[in-house]
Formats: sequence, C-alpha cells, structure tokens
Amino acid sequence: MAKAKTWIEPHPGGIYVKPADLWIDPSRPVERAAVTHGHADHARSGHGAVFATPETLAIMALRYGVDVAASHNRGFAYGDGFELGGVRFSFHPAGHVLGSAQILMEYAGERIVVTGDYKRRSDPTCKPFEVVPCDIFITEATFGLPVFRHPPTAQEIAKLIGAVRAEPDRSVLVGAYALGKAQRVIAELRGAGWDAPIYIHGALEKMCALYAGHGVDLGELRLVSEADKAEMAGQIILAPPSALNDRWSRRLPDPVTAIASGWMRVRQRARQRMVELPLVISDHADWDELTTTIAEVNPGETWITHGSEDGLLRWCELTQRKARALHLVGRDLEEEEA
Amino acid sequence: MKAFAALIDRLIYTRSRNSKLALIVDYLRHTPDPDRGWAIAALTESLDFPAVKAAMVRALLATRVEEELFRLSRHFVGDTAETAALLWPESGKPLPFREGVGVGSIGLAQGRWTPPAATREQSSQVSLPSPEGEGELSVSQAVDALSAATRSDAPAILASLLDRLDADGRYALLKLALGGMRVGVSARLARQAFAQAFDVPIDDVEELWHAIPPPYAPLFAWGEGRAERPDLKDVAFFRPFMLAHPLEEESIDLADYAAEWKWDGIRVQIVRGGSATRIYSRGGEEISAAFPELVAAFDQEAVIDGELLVRGEVQGGEAASFNALQQRLGRKTVPKKMLADYPAFVRVYDLLAIDGNDLRPLPWTERRRQLEGFVPRLADSHFDLSQIIEARDFDDLAQRRAGARDAAIEGVMLKRRDAPYVAGRRAGLWYKWKRDPLTADCVMMYAQRGNGRRASFYSDYTFGCWSDAGELLPVGKAYSGFTDEELKWLDKFVRDNTLNRFGPVREVEKSLVLEVAFDSIHSSKRHKSGLAMRFPRIARIRRDKPAEEADRIATLLAMVT
Ligand SMILES: [Zn+2]
Ligand SMILES: [Zn+2]
Repeated sequence: MAKAKTWIEPHPGGIYVKPADLWIDPSRPVERAAVTHGHADHARSGHGAVFATPETLAIMALRYGVDVAASHNRGFAYGDGFELGGVRFSFHPAGHVLGSAQILMEYAGERIVVTGDYKRRSDPTCKPFEVVPCDIFITEATFGLPVFRHPPTAQEIAKLIGAVRAEPDRSVLVGAYALGKAQRVIAELRGAGWDAPIYIHGALEKMCALYAGHGVDLGELRLVSEADKAEMAGQIILAPPSALNDRWSRRLPDPVTAIASGWMRVRQRARQRMVELPLVISDHADWDELTTTIAEVNPGETWITHGSEDGLLRWCELTQRKARALHLVGRDLEEEEA
Repeated sequence: MKAFAALIDRLIYTRSRNSKLALIVDYLRHTPDPDRGWAIAALTESLDFPAVKAAMVRALLATRVEEELFRLSRHFVGDTAETAALLWPESGKPLPFREGVGVGSIGLAQGRWTPPAATREQSSQVSLPSPEGEGELSVSQAVDALSAATRSDAPAILASLLDRLDADGRYALLKLALGGMRVGVSARLARQAFAQAFDVPIDDVEELWHAIPPPYAPLFAWGEGRAERPDLKDVAFFRPFMLAHPLEEESIDLADYAAEWKWDGIRVQIVRGGSATRIYSRGGEEISAAFPELVAAFDQEAVIDGELLVRGEVQGGEAASFNALQQRLGRKTVPKKMLADYPAFVRVYDLLAIDGNDLRPLPWTERRRQLEGFVPRLADSHFDLSQIIEARDFDDLAQRRAGARDAAIEGVMLKRRDAPYVAGRRAGLWYKWKRDPLTADCVMMYAQRGNGRRASFYSDYTFGCWSDAGELLPVGKAYSGFTDEELKWLDKFVRDNTLNRFGPVREVEKSLVLEVAFDSIHSSKRHKSGLAMRFPRIARIRRDKPAEEADRIATLLAMVT
C-alpha cells in the first residue's frame, strides 16, 4: 500500500493530488480543479478545467460564468468519476446543498475521501450524505464543538410559521444564504404546508430558478421589488443576511428579522446580529453528526480542513483516533452560509 | 419552565421596551401561581441561591463533560450558564465524549436528589416535548429545590433538575439560579407589566411590591380581584416619589410656590414600619445595605423623602460633591474605612407618614410644618432639614440661584404650597430649576459607534483639553446634545478624518473643537487629565475655532468643585 503522504499534499490553499496534478477546492486559479460544491469558498473562477457534479457546474456557470459547455469542464453524476494519472476520482452525495459531493480518490490500494461541507439530517433540496469507507477521511469541522447541536428542522420551521401567524400585520424577514439555505428554508416551509407565496430579494431569484429547474419544488415565489407593501403583511420574506439591516428592508411591512444559521444556537452570536428570531437551521453537520460520521466511516486517519478543529481534534484524541488539522485558508464563508 | 424559558428567549431578542412589556403582560396573565411570581422575581434579579454559584456549575460540568471540550466551548460561547445549558448531556443522545472519559470524582449516584412524590412518576417523560403543565418541571419546583440546597447537595440537586429540561429550559434554570439574566427588564418595567396585566393603578403596585416577598401571591390575588388590597400596616413599604418638571415659565409667583435648594446627591426615601427600616432609591430599589449607619440612626416610626449626601472634609463638613457619594453607591457591604471617610447623611425634604398616619394627602405647607417639628427628633449627625430659600421675589431668587457657589447645589426646587404629595410628575406642582451648565471648548480625539438606532453612526465622542506641556489629554466623553443634522455632520467628519482604528474606536485628526456643556467637574484618579465631568454633552460644534485655541486643563481645574 502506498503511503498517502507521498501522493496527496494538504496546502493552505487546497488539497493537491500529485499523480493527477489536480487540486481539490483550490482557493486560487489552477490548471485542473475538482470542486465539491458551489459555495464561493470551495468553488472559484478562473480554473483551466473543472471536475464536479453537473449541478455544481451549473451553479458555477450561474455565479462565475464558468463555461459548462466547454469540453474541458466535466460533470459526473453521483457514483461516477474519472481516472487521471492513475488516481480514480468519484463523486458521492454530501447532503450539503444541491450538487454537493464528497470526492473519493483511490490510488495504489488507498482510499481517501474529501467531504467538502456536509450534513447528515434530511434536506428536501439535495441527496442525503452517503458513508464512504476510506483510509483517510478529510472532513470539515465548522461546528466542531459540543455546544453545537442543531434542533430538529421541523421545530425551527414551526417557530418561523408561528412568528408570522402571531403578528399578521407584520412580516418576517429571514436572512438566508443565497445558495442552499434560502432554497432549503423555502422547501421546508412548503413541506410544512406553507402554501402562500414566498417573497424574495432579487439576489435570490436566479439561484431559486436554478433549483426549480433541477426539480426542487419551491412553490410560488414573488420578488419583493414587484410587490406592494400591504400584500407582504403576514408573509414570509427571504433575503441574503447582508440585506437584513440595510435600506432595502424599509419597503417591508414592519419586519421581524430572522436569520437561519447554525450559529444562532449561541444567544450571544444571535444578539450580535441584531436578530429578533434566531432559527437554528444549518447546512453543516453539528457536533453529533460530525462525531457519528467519523465513527461510522471509521477511517485510519482523520484530517480536519476548517472550522472548530480544536474541539474535534480533542474528541479524536479522547476516542483514540489518529487525527490532524490542515488549517486550510479562505474558508471564512462559513460565517455566512453555515 | 417551558413558558418561562420561552419568555426569557423572546425577551433576549426583543429590543423595544413596549414589546418587552407586552411579552411580560402576556406571561403574567397566562401563567399560574406561584410560577409567575418566581419568574418575575428572577427577571428582576430578586432571587439569590447561596448554594448555587458559577464555580459550582463549572465543577458540576466537569463531571459530565471532558475538561478541554468544556474549556473550548466556554471560550467560544463566553458565558458559563449558556455553555453549561448547551453542553449538558441529554439521555438518548450521544455524549460529547467517549463514555467513561473525563468523569471526575464526584459520585452523583448516592447524592441524587429525589423530586417530590407527586412528580416522581412522571419524571421519566419530561425530557420529551410534553404539553404545558403535567410532568413538566415547574419554576416553583425548581425554586423550592434550589432554596433547600446546601453546599454539599447543591450539585446533585442542580444535576437532577437539568436532567429534566431541554437546552432552553436549562438556560432558563441556570440563569434563574445564578442571576445575571440580562434581558433588559428593570423592576420598574416588571411592575408596569403587572399593572397593565391586571388593570390596576401603577402607584398601588409600586407601593405593594416592596411590602410583599416573592412569589407575591397576595399581589396576584388582588390584581385578579380575588382578594382585597393587601394591608400594609406594620410594613416598611415604598411610596412612589413625587417628581418635578423642568421650569420653563419666565417667572412664577413665590406666594404660590416655596423655593428650596436642589442638592446633588441621590434622592432617597427612608421608611420605618414594624421593626424594619428600609432605604429606597428613586426607582424603588432598596439600597439599605449600602448605608447601614443611616438605617441604624433612623429610629422614628415615619417615612421621609430627602437627599442622600456625603460629608466632605474639603467642604469643612458640608455636603461633598457627587463624586464622593459615588464611592458609597452599589455596595452590598461597607468597609469601616468607607464609613469614616465618606460619612453619609440625609437632607430631609418632606414627611410622608408619621406614627402610622399617611400625610401625603395634606398640602405641602402642612407637611412642612410637621416636618420642621419632626426633624429635631432625629440624630443631627445623620439628618438635617432642607432649608427654604427666603427670597423677596422671583428676581431675588434668580440672583441667589446664580450666586450659589456650593458644590452640592444643583439648582432650585419650586413646590406648590397647596399641593398634596402625589406620585410621578404632575403639571404645575413641582418644578426643578437647574443651575446654568458650565462649558469648555474641547478637541475631539476619538469616536465610537452608537447603539440601536445610531449603530451606523459615530456618535460617542471622547474629547480633550491642552496640558501645560501642550499635549491633548482626554477630559470626558459625550454622546448627546447634538441634532440629527449635526450627528450626520460629525459622523462624516469622523470618517473623513480617521487616523487609526482600534476595534470599534476611531482616532481622529485633532482638529475639531466641540463646546462641551457639563453640570460640574471633579478631580478623578481614573483619568490621565485628573478630571471627570458630570453630564457632559455637546453644546455646539465650533468649526470656526482652531484646535490650538481650545481650553487648557488649567482652566478646567479652576472650575473643579
Ligand atoms: Zn458550503
Ligand atoms: Zn465551506
């Protein structure tokens, strides 16, 4: 068996796969990149060739103008993959956002999995995470502290619907990240029986359309810019978190401000964001999901890319698992999209 | 505990005072006794459980959560109660560490607290979402258990309570047990909520509140019309203060109004009823513990209204500045040296009750007559009578006001001679006529963003004056006095003239002169300039004045009182 450290190199700017001369989620433009999912801290523009799921390519085309049609960019369905320099690459569901994938690499009898971002609980907008056995498991740790235990999503959705119904003269404005979180909140609302039109900020329009185009049922969406103030009373409005306290929100009927994020678990954090209704809805694994996943995958070694690595490292140490932190840079988007 | 936890959570995230009020009103109306009483006592920080302290909670957590994981979590969250609430292991969920690792030496099995028989059968189901009421740990059960705890069994008792709650419930319980709720609910707001919830006069609530201990069952019974107003005979209860409007009239007739100096201390009410003596501050908070010598000296069955002051040596035994008084405020115990260095006394303004008779309905002239007869019955070491200013007419009074040099004089009070003592501010009865403020020309040095509505503006300014060595030294900080237009201008000035950033603070080019008004100025060891202003505010922006011509520290020193 080859020694992993001879063919794979973690760098602050991404993971380099030597025999294939390919980077995974590189933070700078490279010749060849395999991309786990469309979030900006994993998917960047300017690469020579991109390997990803078709959904991720579509998202990259929408956000960064990546040319999906170009033959050097290649899309692979879950379970499929390609071979390069003797390394077999394949894509497996990560349950994070539409198209998100773990990337499995097999080389000289060794198996390495890069999770990108992931979660374990159900999400109507994407395929659930699959456990892929491996020798080295390269995981994220955004919520790698035992204080992070996300409550059931249905409970948070019920809280949101309850807040709208409690004050029918007002509206509830939910700050939700434009890729993934916004569509998931909408889909969860539909699942909970919220049939009314949902109003959205213009910045969410194209991504919602992309999701709908991939068969995710978001129901009737209306643009805030085309609605009048009165009709939005008693309704739910979604916007990127950055729009919550800016002038844009003045056109809404006395909005209750909410943010949907795993960070909302900690009151001090929620207070800092001036939120009135914190919704603990996350697209990242919480502590229990992270530790359960490592236990299930049961790799020979765990590498931690980014997040609260100290907490997860300590857990690995206590459970006698070999682990190390990679300290990847440029993953600060987690502050917004988690 | 669920309803209480939900209330706390909503209060945390609710910014407006009216919305907070509405939430408490709703809670009081829909929660049974005695839970609502304990809840309101917890919100206003009126509970204390000596056996439960933060260090004990940390030690308890160490028996459940591995030490390093706790430390990392505490560091991230920043609050012990919240960290503990989030980390507490729930049955049916995996532990945050491998079983057996990190469990300390405290054996919980033996010392486990047994809930009362009535709840014991149901206790297995309470960690699941259950409807209000049955099986759920109530606030009063928690209070009972915590009150009964001793230092040795407190960890086991707290553990058994935490086991019965979800994360929000655990947060509420730990905040109730440890204090430090920080949900922006003052005692005043809570009492207003009570008055509003049961549609009873706020003045009555204010009076009754201090006479009845938590969980205030007789108060709720009265509020809901199930019982008579509680009888307060033989109780040292608080009477809401009568307050004054600022004088805006050009002149008033001294035949109708009596004039008295307004002293720069803190307004207090001293009440002796039954065998207890209590001192209340203006908001109705009890501050007896900070002034034990006054409690001891007030030996008459009476209620007085007066100004609490500290005698200063500098003034030859007269009332000292507010600065001296500040040394005495907010203490739970008072060191001997403090009593000797800053002796407190009360300058008595009014007599509200004597020997069980309520004097408040009487006109001021009659109360004053009785007051003059009463004050000599008190120890003159700790009590003196506020003197009436004998002015010929309003102009004469204005002159005396302008000539008053006493540091402890804040201005003049004008009281309508035929007015009864009524709670709150009533038009035309009492006026305060403050001394004209002092001013100084200072240079803006630093600016910081404001809060709430002003969060996007640099609205808090630190300003300084010149030392003899030609160095600018900070002399104060102000965040008021300007118009919205001026604020916009100041904000732009700060952004355009930033030299350095230190977190939320910006250091600016030392070029802008601000005319600062303040009530008085005192020496202070806390500031490099050795000065501290009282109530500084921006009077004018002096764009016309070069920074070099701003005032010197020496000029300010001459104004020190
Ligand atoms: Zn992501
Ligand atoms: Zn990420």
